Amino acid sequence: MIVDSYRFLPRSFRPLYEGRGPFRGEEGPVWAPFAKRLADSRIALLTSAGIHVRNAQPSFDVDRERSHPEWGDPTWRAIPASTPPEKLAVAHLHINDEDIRADPEIALPMRVLSELVDAVTEHVSVMGYQDRSLHEWRSVTAPAIVTHLREQGADGLVLAPA
Amino acid sequence: MPVLARWIEAEGIPTVVVTMMPAVAEERRAPRIVGVEFPFGHAFGMPHDRVMQRRVLTLALQVLAGAAASGTRVDLDMEWPVPLREAYRAWQPKEPSPIVRKMLEARRSAS
Repeated sequence: MIVDSYRFLPRSFRPLYEGRGPFRGEEGPVWAPFAKRLADSRIALLTSAGIHVRNAQPSFDVDRERSHPEWGDPTWRAIPASTPPEKLAVAHLHINDEDIRADPEIALPMRVLSELVDAVTEHVSVMGYQDRSLHEWRSVTAPAIVTHLREQGADGLVLAPA
Repeated sequence: MPVLARWIEAEGIPTVVVTMMPAVAEERRAPRIVGVEFPFGHAFGMPHDRVMQRRVLTLALQVLAGAAASGTRVDLDMEWPVPLREAYRAWQPKEPSPIVRKMLEARRSAS
């Protein structure tokens, strides 16, 4: 089966995504070989569903996004794998978050992962709406996430957009 | 998300992107891609369906560990169990996002 990438996208949004090609400077392949056996590896997850730990972490800044629609919060949160699902909150203005609040595993499957392989103790969450500004993502957020993943001993990362 | 995967991969950490828009991830040159024909916000499947979530994540781990070259894409052969019209409506936010609202207002004032 070949997935239809636009099945659930409003038709008027399709030109915003289709045929746009790579970002400037991101045309070539990148590759880090997966050197170990999966059974001997530690894996991390990254979601862009705006998940954060209720009362322990600040929410992603949706108020600023409401007043500046072309801005998206570029910060990130470390989500302890032991966090009970009911402690997780969602801040994301581009999806209906009811199902993620009901079962965060559909965006950040920390429990399922720990049943399958060795997992890091702290996964990663961002609010993925990036729109036009990638500067802070490249210069601040991505390097901080890489440092975190190294500290966690991650041998690989599974990313999933909301 | 594909470009974030690229930056992390370039630092030596292998990545796989699980996405409902695998064609876009290919265009953006993500190194490893798993395509799912699921509504937005549901990359790993239906709420509380551990079997479905496990299938998606297992495929993602296989592609992460087993892909031989950059640009590998594997699509999950699984249909969303909710009728399209219902699922299409259900994933969308109750209010349009700020950028969509702005686009709609611009379109209205242009017409």
